[in-house]
Amino acid sequence: MNHIVSAEGLRKRYGTTTALAGLDLAVPAHTVYGLLGPNGAGKSTAVRVLTTLTRPDAGHATVAGHDVVRRPERVRSSIGLAGQHAAVDERLTGRENLRLFGRLSRLGRRGAAARADELLARFDLADAADRLVATYSGGMRRRVDLVASLLTAPAVLFLDEPTTGLDPRSRLEIWATVRELVADGTSVLLTTQYLDEADQLASAVAVIDHGRVIAEGSPAALKSRIGSQLDVEVADASSVDSARTVLGTLAGRPPETDPGGLRLSVAFPGATPPLPEIVRMLDNAGAVVRDVGLRHPSLDDVFLSLTEKAARSEVPA
Amino acid sequence: MILAADSWTLVQRRLLQLKHQPGQLVAMLAFPAIMIVLFGFVFGSAISVPGGGNYREYLMPGLFVMTSMFSLSSSMVEVATDQGRGVMDRFRSMPTSRAAVLLGQTGSDAVTGLLGLAVMLVCGYACGWRAHDGLGPALAAVGVLVVFRSAMAWIGTCFGLLVRDEQVADQLAPLSMPFSMLSNAFVPTGGMPGWLRVVCDWNPISAAVAACRSLFGNPGVPGPGAAWPLAHPVTATLLWSALLLAIFVPLAVRRFAGAGR
Repeated sequence: MNHIVSAEGLRKRYGTTTALAGLDLAVPAHTVYGLLGPNGAGKSTAVRVLTTLTRPDAGHATVAGHDVVRRPERVRSSIGLAGQHAAVDERLTGRENLRLFGRLSRLGRRGAAARADELLARFDLADAADRLVATYSGGMRRRVDLVASLLTAPAVLFLDEPTTGLDPRSRLEIWATVRELVADGTSVLLTTQYLDEADQLASAVAVIDHGRVIAEGSPAALKSRIGSQLDVEVADASSVDSARTVLGTLAGRPPETDPGGLRLSVAFPGATPPLPEIVRMLDNAGAVVRDVGLRHPSLDDVFLSLTEKAARSEVPA
Repeated sequence: MILAADSWTLVQRRLLQLKHQPGQLVAMLAFPAIMIVLFGFVFGSAISVPGGGNYREYLMPGLFVMTSMFSLSSSMVEVATDQGRGVMDRFRSMPTSRAAVLLGQTGSDAVTGLLGLAVMLVCGYACGWRAHDGLGPALAAVGVLVVFRSAMAWIGTCFGLLVRDEQVADQLAPLSMPFSMLSNAFVPTGGMPGWLRVVCDWNPISAAVAACRSLFGNPGVPGPGAAWPLAHPVTATLLWSALLLAIFVPLAVRRFAGAGR
């Protein structure tokens, strides 16, 4: 059991909708693990099952070594959950919220008060602590929500789309907080639809589509599956043919030409040759080059290519 | 122990909310005074109480029960708000006793309900209403009101868990008004068409109102020929409350603890 979260064959249906179709996960401890997927892919349902909010129809899962169905109370003592809503009471102050949740998490009246003060100071909320949460900005609410999930110093923190709807600055703040937590030894399971978020934070990601994992690995490994793309723009029509020959030889496949005819692109599945060398070869072949660019894939490209593939394979032959 | 401590923590939460929103508290407490003026003086001059007696003495038990009835809507809105904003999910993902979340909800309602009732008793007293049969029956009447209100609070909690959305709950809330009007709270049922009279006589609210009238010694207590719930109002109110609690407590608990979505 060296996985802090593991799931095997989780299934969950809501009426005729299949939310989870045999989800498997193995999340190593002390890392940020990202669950990526489009809306409706089953990310949130997976989190609900793992945080004991929903019972799976089949399969089983453990969190911090405890079975989510048979030992939900132990799981609840080991986790923190910060969801898509800022799930704090707007009609109380930030400090009162943290004290309330602390007392309900068995920290005791004094323990909860001390822990609340400590976290408010640490996460830059001390000035606003005695204002009603209803007066907070979106980013501050989300931060209080995140802090509320940290009261018990949980072994595993579930962050369900923690930055959805936040402005860029607040996102950066949340990211900094998450990095700090992992440095403290917390394991984080993060769902997101923002791939740059996973790229920034996660050391491994699972791409989820239609309730199951369709790819898994580090963001770098997933990107190397697609490889890079080389775009070349030539000055005139007479250069197109020579450029096409050079690029075709380099990549081992014919390049694509855009409708205007002066732009050529080709994908490199593995490592790309150095850019100066490519330029020299084009020059030697007599192609007049106006612009050359090497584009490394973003996680978005990976994601689109994976989910497109999955969508295509579902169409009956 | 844990159950009691968690429930108390959650009762304190609601009281803290009220502390931050004194306006809500004022509205809650001003409501009875408005109702007394509206019904007691505006309508009261045109309504005669069967068997004679002061209309405002007849009215006050009706208002006591009506405010208990409003617990249904306020509980529904509070629970739906918590549910819709994810606060309920936070509670459910914590090692908090699950029963405590519901007991804290209905417990805090009982506290604010007693506070509201105290204000109404004072307002009523100022307008000439009296408890004529002494302290014992008067306390019994308060007890009946508390039991009846807790049944309403549990129904509201259950509905709040079902609707899950504060806007829907806000729109449903005023529907409790006609239910309290379909009773003997404001007018005697004797003059109503037969079918409506049956509906009103068997409305749990009518039994609770009749129970208050008989325990406070106020006019309008039905004679022996009345429908069974009105002829045995205290028993009927307790039975109604027990029945409603037996239905809605397990429903709410199952809804809250159970699989959820």
